[in-house]
Amino acid sequence: MTEVKDSLLEVTGLSKKFGSSTAVKNLSFSLARGSIVGLLGGNGAGKTTTLSMLLGLLEPSSGSIRLFGHDFIKDRHAVLNRINFCSPYVDLPQRLTVRENLRVFARLYGVNQAGQVIQGLAEDFRLLDLMDQPIRRLSSGQKTRVSLAKALINQPEFLLLDEPTASLSPDVSQWIRQRLAEYRDQTGATILFASHDMREVELLCDHIVMMSNGQLIEEGSPQDLKTRHGKNSLEEVFLELSEQETKA
Amino acid sequence: MKSSTISRISALLLRYFFLLRSSWPRVLEIAYWPTVQMIIWGFTSVHFSNSSPELTAGGILISAVLIWDSLFRSHISYTLSFLEEMWSRNLANLFVSPLRPWELIISLATVSMIRTLIGMLPAALLAIPFFGVSVFELGLPLLGFFLNLVFTGWAISQAVTGILLRYGLGAESLTWMLPFLLAPFSCIYYPLETLPGWMQTIAQYLSTTYVFEGMRALILRGEWLPGLLSKAFLLNGVYFAIGLSVFCISLRSARRRGLLLQSGE
Repeated sequence: MTEVKDSLLEVTGLSKKFGSSTAVKNLSFSLARGSIVGLLGGNGAGKTTTLSMLLGLLEPSSGSIRLFGHDFIKDRHAVLNRINFCSPYVDLPQRLTVRENLRVFARLYGVNQAGQVIQGLAEDFRLLDLMDQPIRRLSSGQKTRVSLAKALINQPEFLLLDEPTASLSPDVSQWIRQRLAEYRDQTGATILFASHDMREVELLCDHIVMMSNGQLIEEGSPQDLKTRHGKNSLEEVFLELSEQETKA
Repeated sequence: MKSSTISRISALLLRYFFLLRSSWPRVLEIAYWPTVQMIIWGFTSVHFSNSSPELTAGGILISAVLIWDSLFRSHISYTLSFLEEMWSRNLANLFVSPLRPWELIISLATVSMIRTLIGMLPAALLAIPFFGVSVFELGLPLLGFFLNLVFTGWAISQAVTGILLRYGLGAESLTWMLPFLLAPFSCIYYPLETLPGWMQTIAQYLSTTYVFEGMRALILRGEWLPGLLSKAFLLNGVYFAIGLSVFCISLRSARRRGLLLQSGE
């Protein structure tokens, strides 16, 4: 595990078993405050399972999670108002309009001056023309923008994103990456970004945690990883590591 | 109660208000079924009033239908609000937010109470001009009967929502089945002695039996028996504890099995 100064999140020996199969095995890593970290791995690598444990949606079989200095597994409610997330596995209420959804979540998170915050997010995420549309009438790109606006409604210090650009066109993906980078720069938030799109992670993240078969197989900055393995891209690094892992 | 708790509960109430506002058939449906039930049983009552006056004395059939429906409506309103979260795949958003499970329960119960009143009041009021039956003439005991049945409905709902969390939408039919399982034992339209021995034994453990026995005593003999209502409240306390336990155990189990992220259609 790489030593991280001023860490926001410390994961130690985290494991999750479902019956006889192990989805995540002895995972340890730390996230520095203000970093954008990519959680990389192929299908079934354990990314979503890891994110679910970090969100408190899934109880780990063993290990510890310290978030903002709190024992997250024992007392997640102490910090839940400081985090938020966006995942393709979760939708917003379909019959409610964009504005109604944002109003409900603003109140759920106890956001002060909710009207101004919602207006700001609507401008940032180009939602002004969609505010009175029910979610079910939106395209997948528009829904992702609304989900991201919801994920930022409480101005989270820790934002977890599970493949937020999956199934989006390249221009929308690029625009979303820009918005996330701006959000980090403006607020100093920490972003954990799970993806299997190596190029995207390389463009956005300043630290990478690579997973395969539920285990951490490598971590470091994108440049460090390429240099260490003598490769030109993260994809090549990942393929090499996956191959080694399969042989082992 | 902390202001943050009130804010979170009001957020969910706002969410269910927006949902109802977005669909007028949903609003209509709340009052539709109780009213239709009341009309059907009202005419049945009129039909039997000459041949079997004891069956319909004091508007007992209509009163029984309306009072029983408060259990069904409170249960359905609670469970459907929870199902809305599952159908729209919104549960994970709620469980990742600062919302506590008990705040979710209070929100669902509040919505259930509002929807039950919206559903029951028009039917109860229409029974007065249509059939000359006013359940409001029962006075304060009506409140006791009503609250008891609503509490029973919530106890069932807590168990059902727990089972839904644990087994997913495959268990959705339990929502409709469970209240009807209680109905034959609850002595809604007939006295307890009508049931065979083994059914009477089961009926004695149901709060609903004491509500309807109390209602019959009040309407037919003018006797107010607070002891029956106390038994009903006591049993409801037990049911509520059981329902809450089922919900909490199921939530823990769902969290352990990773079912919260992917609950939905």
